[in-house]
Amino acid sequence: MTSLPQRTDRKLGLVIDLDICVGCHGCATSCKEWNTGGYSAPLSDQDPYGADPHGAWLNRIHAYEVGEGAASRTVHFPRSCLHCETPACVTVCPTGASYKRAEDGIVLVNPDTCIGCKLCSWACPYGAREYDYAHGVMKKCTLCVDRIYNTNIPERDRVPACVKACPTGARAFGDLGDPQSEVSRSVAVRGGYNLLEAFGYQPVNKYLPPRERRDATTAARSASPPTMPTSDGTSIERFFAWVDRTLSAKET
Amino acid sequence: MPPLDTSRPVSDEVKATTCYMCACRCGILVHLKDGEVRYIEGNPDHPVNKGVICGKGAAGIMQHLSPARLRAPLLRTGERGKGEFKEISWEEALSLATDWLGEVRDRDPKRLAFFTGRDQSQSLTGYWAIQYGTPNYAAHGGFCSVNMAAAGLYTFGGAFWEFGEPDWERTEYFLLFGVAEDHGSNPIKKALGTLKKRGAKIVAVNPVRTGYGAIADEWIGIKPGTDGLFVAALIHELLATRKIDLDYLARYTNAPWLVIDAPGTAEHGLFARDEAGKALVHDLATGQLVGAPAAGLKPALTGRHTLADGRAGQPVFALLAERYLDPHHAPEAAAEATGVPASTIRRIAAELAEAAFTKEIRLAQPWTDWTGETHAEMVGRPVSMHAMRGISAHANGFHTCRLIHILQILLGSIDCPGGFRYKPPYPKPVPPPLKPFGKPGHVKPREPLGGPHLGFPTSPADLLVDDEGKPTRIDKAFSWEAPFAAHGLMHMVITNAALGNPYSIDVLFLYMANMSWNSTMNVPAVLEHLTAKDETGAYKIPKIIYSDAYASEMVAYADLILPDTTYLERYDCISLLDRPISEADGPADAIRHPVVTPDRDVRGFQEVLIDLGHRLKLPAFTSPDGSPKYPGGYADYIVNHERSPGIGPLAGWRGEDGANFGKGKPNPDQLRRYIESGGFHMHHLKPEQRFYKHANKDYLEWATAVGFMPSSEPVIFQLYVEPMQRFRLAAEGRTGESVPEQHRARVARYFDPLPFWYPPEDVAGAGPSRTAYPIHAVTQRPMHMYHSWGTQNAWLRQITNENRLYVHRDLGRRLGLADDDWVWIVGALGRVKAPVRLMTGCHPDTVWTWNAIGKRQGAWALDPDAPETTKGFLLNHLISELMPEQAGGYRYSNSDPVTGQAAWYDLMVRLERCAPGEPHETSPRFEPLGRPTQIDAPRELRFGEAFGGRRS
Amino acid sequence: MHPAYSVIVFTTASGAGLGLIALLSAGAALGLIPPDRTLGIAGFGVGFALFTGGLLSSTLHLGRPERAWRAFSEWRSSWLSREGVAAVVTYVPAGIAALGWVMLGRSDGIFAVAGVLAALAAAVTVYCTGQIYASLPTIRQWQQPLTTPVYLILALATGALLATALLAVLGHPWSLAARVAFLALAVGLLMKMLYWRAIDTSRPRYTIEAATGLGALGKVRPLDPPHTQPNFVMREMGFEIARKHAERLRGFVVLTLFALPMALLAIAGAAPSPIPPMAIVLAAGSAAVGVLVERWLFFAEAEHVSMLYYGKAAA
Ligand SMILES: Nc1nc2c(c(=O)[nH]1)N[C@H]1C(S)=C(S)[C@@H](COP(=O)(O)OP(=O)(O)OC[C@H]3O[C@@H](n4cnc5c(=O)[nH]c(N)nc54)[C@H](O)[C@@H]3O)O[C@H]1N2
Ligand SMILES: Nc1nc2c(c(=O)[nH]1)N[C@H]1C(S)=C(S)[C@@H](COP(=O)(O)OP(=O)(O)OC[C@H]3O[C@@H](n4cnc5c(=O)[nH]c(N)nc54)[C@H](O)[C@@H]3O)O[C@H]1N2
Ligand code: SF4
Ligand code: SF4
Ligand code: SF4
Ligand code: SF4
Ligand code: SF4
Ligand SMILES: [Mo]
Repeated sequence: MTSLPQRTDRKLGLVIDLDICVGCHGCATSCKEWNTGGYSAPLSDQDPYGADPHGAWLNRIHAYEVGEGAASRTVHFPRSCLHCETPACVTVCPTGASYKRAEDGIVLVNPDTCIGCKLCSWACPYGAREYDYAHGVMKKCTLCVDRIYNTNIPERDRVPACVKACPTGARAFGDLGDPQSEVSRSVAVRGGYNLLEAFGYQPVNKYLPPRERRDATTAARSASPPTMPTSDGTSIERFFAWVDRTLSAKET
Repeated sequence: MPPLDTSRPVSDEVKATTCYMCACRCGILVHLKDGEVRYIEGNPDHPVNKGVICGKGAAGIMQHLSPARLRAPLLRTGERGKGEFKEISWEEALSLATDWLGEVRDRDPKRLAFFTGRDQSQSLTGYWAIQYGTPNYAAHGGFCSVNMAAAGLYTFGGAFWEFGEPDWERTEYFLLFGVAEDHGSNPIKKALGTLKKRGAKIVAVNPVRTGYGAIADEWIGIKPGTDGLFVAALIHELLATRKIDLDYLARYTNAPWLVIDAPGTAEHGLFARDEAGKALVHDLATGQLVGAPAAGLKPALTGRHTLADGRAGQPVFALLAERYLDPHHAPEAAAEATGVPASTIRRIAAELAEAAFTKEIRLAQPWTDWTGETHAEMVGRPVSMHAMRGISAHANGFHTCRLIHILQILLGSIDCPGGFRYKPPYPKPVPPPLKPFGKPGHVKPREPLGGPHLGFPTSPADLLVDDEGKPTRIDKAFSWEAPFAAHGLMHMVITNAALGNPYSIDVLFLYMANMSWNSTMNVPAVLEHLTAKDETGAYKIPKIIYSDAYASEMVAYADLILPDTTYLERYDCISLLDRPISEADGPADAIRHPVVTPDRDVRGFQEVLIDLGHRLKLPAFTSPDGSPKYPGGYADYIVNHERSPGIGPLAGWRGEDGANFGKGKPNPDQLRRYIESGGFHMHHLKPEQRFYKHANKDYLEWATAVGFMPSSEPVIFQLYVEPMQRFRLAAEGRTGESVPEQHRARVARYFDPLPFWYPPEDVAGAGPSRTAYPIHAVTQRPMHMYHSWGTQNAWLRQITNENRLYVHRDLGRRLGLADDDWVWIVGALGRVKAPVRLMTGCHPDTVWTWNAIGKRQGAWALDPDAPETTKGFLLNHLISELMPEQAGGYRYSNSDPVTGQAAWYDLMVRLERCAPGEPHETSPRFEPLGRPTQIDAPRELRFGEAFGGRRS
Repeated sequence: MHPAYSVIVFTTASGAGLGLIALLSAGAALGLIPPDRTLGIAGFGVGFALFTGGLLSSTLHLGRPERAWRAFSEWRSSWLSREGVAAVVTYVPAGIAALGWVMLGRSDGIFAVAGVLAALAAAVTVYCTGQIYASLPTIRQWQQPLTTPVYLILALATGALLATALLAVLGHPWSLAARVAFLALAVGLLMKMLYWRAIDTSRPRYTIEAATGLGALGKVRPLDPPHTQPNFVMREMGFEIARKHAERLRGFVVLTLFALPMALLAIAGAAPSPIPPMAIVLAAGSAAVGVLVERWLFFAEAEHVSMLYYGKAAA
């Protein structure tokens, strides 16, 4: 069980577009809301109205600043399980509660058999596993396995809760194992990348990098010389003359 | 692999209603399981959000289950502000309220001030206040963004504020001024995503680069309060480079209207008019002066033209060009004050021009203009703009917003394909033909006010002042202090009432506004006003009635609390008479309906208001036989109330058979139709009606038929606002109208009919000096919090439960600050202690923080040591509500001099590093509030446990 | 990494217990220790108590201790599972050896075989424990060649100290055991110093730029965290100890776990009765404190890659 499947039929995952994520947390609360009553129920919260409120969330949104001065930028950065192809979070699990599905590559924890030893969370470099203090078991992004195949949900909505929620459309869901899929194509076009590529877990989820700015730092030649003298009184007259010319040209 | 049912039923039942985790009003699907809310998602069929949902909306369950929910009506037992109450029955509460309100109505209705906050029932609350007869009614717009509404409505009959939106589908260039989130939370996000995918350019003008600014193609980190200068420089540059749409100006604006040039006379600066009162233009085709608008004109935009009486008149456009082509509006002249390099201003101007003219759109959609001329296609200038509180919350916001509109109009980009589009029922005539009521003669015991409280003055005669020019409204709206106060000045009510200036009141009735905390300026002073007593030991504001749903800071300061339901438990009506959810392609309205029943002794405020209306025997709420007019409560009112024949709160499915849109007899089945259709109704305009609505014959005729427009006259954009000149002439003493001396210079200066930029601090007059307080301090809305409400939400507060003061790295370096250091933010009113976070993406002399995170201890059912109270802070403690004394002792409110809009973002401060030993705790902290409800908040939440599972 | 007391107690106590059991059963099998009954009861008693107590303590770390039995299933891939299996397996030969010794006073024949197997199983168990940590690529300070050897040598050293103490207190010849302890401590000290040098000199492998993939745009700095209070990942993985503090604790470990016990062993070897047993017990006591601190530091000094997302520059 804990051993990884040789290969998976599909590689379902998310593609997150850092160029358009505004950091609204819509995906985070939608994820919490769906999953706390779904596969992973509950996602408990500790001290919810007190000094140290914290709880289990399967998706969290960071904000970073990158670079210096005029070239710097702000990047909002959602982070959830990447459903890696060769993740140690699965192989270290002593119980087999942590597993990767052969049919679609989704990495899941079985909350009925997890003993809450937390070792899988130690093995995940992405900080994507969240221990549930009340439930005593490990929780993680399920890729909304209980939505995407759910025939009780209208077909157009059979996508992860976070994907459906995302107001900007920064999150896409699909089969990254199929080079023809929309997500694979956007990864190809936009230079989608793996987080911590060197780590070797081979994440399925991809991130699309922020596009290049189109501002003073990239404008070829920003300063164009003033097109008319700014001080002498005749410029206004010349302007009015232009107006008159243009208007009368229109009439003919 | 373990047994896994990937197809478990989600819920037993799904109910479609409207979200109210913020004022965006998205459609939501509420999943119920065993009668409880299991899951809330976006409604894919809803015009506002089209299926998406934001951070707040998806956390609605936790709002609905908040331990801070009020449980029953409350009567104050302790001193005001202590938060000591006893629960009473609704019968007791309502008869007490009826006694208080009835006595005042019999004596002097203006001694009731009824102000409402974040609600969306202004058409009901306003109507109720008219019936009651007090002039003292308004909603929150005065402290929110009346600058945007007023500037737009006085310029082009629409506004950024919810009355329009960019043509997201087609725009190529989008300029966003001073927006962190705004009311169109989801629509703007959705649109930005699409623009980015389409490769349209987004420019964010904002001193801070987060959220929308973070994904913009270009961020312009402007110095706060200087956008007007920046925009004027863009206008200068477009004029100088001749990149303007002259044809558009000649057709749709008052650019050709002749302005009388007769300095020193009572008509100087007014339009030359013909006998019928139409403004005159010089027709180039005939060489005659002709009344505009008229079909087939070729009006002159330049020159001096001799009027019949021998005086000279100049087209508005000539005045406009002279003003903005002046070298002091050149990019170079704006660069230093705005912090935007001249080269950038030039480039942006060139890019705007390129998008507007080179990327011109031609939609193959024939349409007919108001003159009857048919056009084979719709020409589009795909440049669009949006602006909100970064513009409006400054004391120069009205003029700055007008400048932005002028920029749009010069580019020919209003209501054209790719431009900024009206959302019906807009456009309205410029300005809308409504005059405020509340003059001394309008207010009589036991009688309704003769008309609406809020409107659009066009001359000093419309002001609500007495013979001496003193305000007749408690908030001084529509007085010389704020003549265009189209939304009132809610932020001044408590202060004015407690100071008895202009007079004192007997009952303050508030609804859904946290006026003792985050929606008030100078919190410490306002708290004193709320508890101030006269010599006899009685409260200066004798009675305060308040409706809230949660244990907010304001609850503790009221005497009688009318607990409201949550948004999933009541009817609401999002009406075209109010703030509808329309799209540019058609008007839309919506409802909320109870999807769960309350488990507490609470009632929807609208039900209560209708009940009170009947108890007070207000004519519109009482049948001739004395029985309640709406025995079925609010639902009954929504369906059966008619504002004018055939027009009621909801526009969809009117008429007995439900076949009518807009006008028609009440339809007893209407609510069911709404509920079945997802809680909303949208009417889709015909393709030929969708653009140029201000001048589109088909549209205007239809809009008149459904009651949106008084007539199908075209809406002519007012580059030059003549009504302002009327105020200016009066202030200059040209008209013989009596204007109190202390206001003259101010009105004369700020009622310039062409917009101009001035430093916001000019308005303060003898304001704090720039050297003592050199740093701007502003706030931003976090996308995942709605003002104060998010704090009680167990999920949202995990995301943010304390706020930092964000400081530019360079400023931090100068002051020796590192992350997590504490500083004193020192302003003219006092100081606030805050923890620091350094950043790069903000204007170097601007600090900022997330709005309304700080909370008062005891409120919102949070533990006493919640970070919101120990570390969370508000800048409101430092924002003055009153300006320093002018000569003569007069103190203006801290507001825009034209509209009375609260100038939150003019705050200037300096930072002082905390001494090493000072505790890492915010200051000031106020005395803890008592808890009005004795519910113990759970120590742990396992929400959803009952619903979950993996097997069927 | 958060130094969880249950895990610290588990690894140190069961390490010492297994070391003791291994030494006793192997020593007896080889005829180096007489199967004295009192010694057997005391030795195996202490050994099993520490080993079992450690295991029980480790279940306190579990969110679902009642499901601990499930941990045996995945020995094919999981070092934690292997550790569990090895621990349970150890009970069998160790139990047989203990029974032979205590009940029958025998440590020959099949009991000798059991003794040797018990020692091997104990070593395998400790090896598995070490491998749990050494195999984690997420933690540079753990994925070190010396991690598992240190676990082994410290189990041996602490077990040997306990054995020496028992022998001495019960009046048996103890010098061989003391030598083993001394040697193990000396090797342990060397390995621990090398380990520290290794983690101090090995360079962080990942940066916040690699973690976010944003390095091409410049240096990455956190602006806003996803949530105000620390979440599980930060509580578990985000524990950090100040460099200076760590230095001091390392010194303390060198002193209490290695220097002091070795000195006391030397004193015991040279001093006249009744000093030796006292010195040896003291040495064992000192090492007990020392090994707890060593293990605490092992966690506290470990930096987890996931903390890059929370603003750590490199890990
Ligand atoms: N420093 C600073 N101050 C600001 C601003 C800023 O940007 N910076 N922004 C200003 C602006 S634009 C605004 S609009 C104001 C907003 O400030 P407020 O209008 O005070 O808004 P809220 O804090 O959202 O909530 C008002 C009250 O409504 C209550 N409430 C919530 N739901 C319900 C309900 O269903 N029924 C009833 N009856 N009550 C309910 C809440 O409990 C709360 O007490 O703040 C202003 N203040
Ligand atoms: N999530 C969420 N959504 C909300 C609300 C909420 O509380 N939370 N509140 C609702 C309400 S009541 C309102 S009024 C709207 C307001 O919506 P916004 O207009 O987005 O309000 P703010 O967050 O105040 O954003 C003002 C922005 O202007 C910038 N700014 C400040 N001064 C200047 C300036 O001089 N020039 C420029 N160009 N920018 C400046 C600030 O940095 C900030 O980004 O949002 C509504 N939507
Ligand atoms: S992201 Fe972490 S939890 Fe998810 S599969 Fe990869 S290693 Fe495992
Ligand atoms: S916490 Fe649960 S899923 Fe993770 S390794 Fe332990 S048993 Fe496996
Ligand atoms: S796929 Fe589902 S579980 Fe994963 S982050 Fe999105 S909503 Fe959460
Ligand atoms: S919902 Fe979309 S835009 Fe919002 S934080 Fe998530 S990914 Fe970003
Ligand atoms: S933007 Fe969010 S909170 Fe506001 S109405 Fe829409 S879903 Fe609800
Ligand atoms: Mo607002």
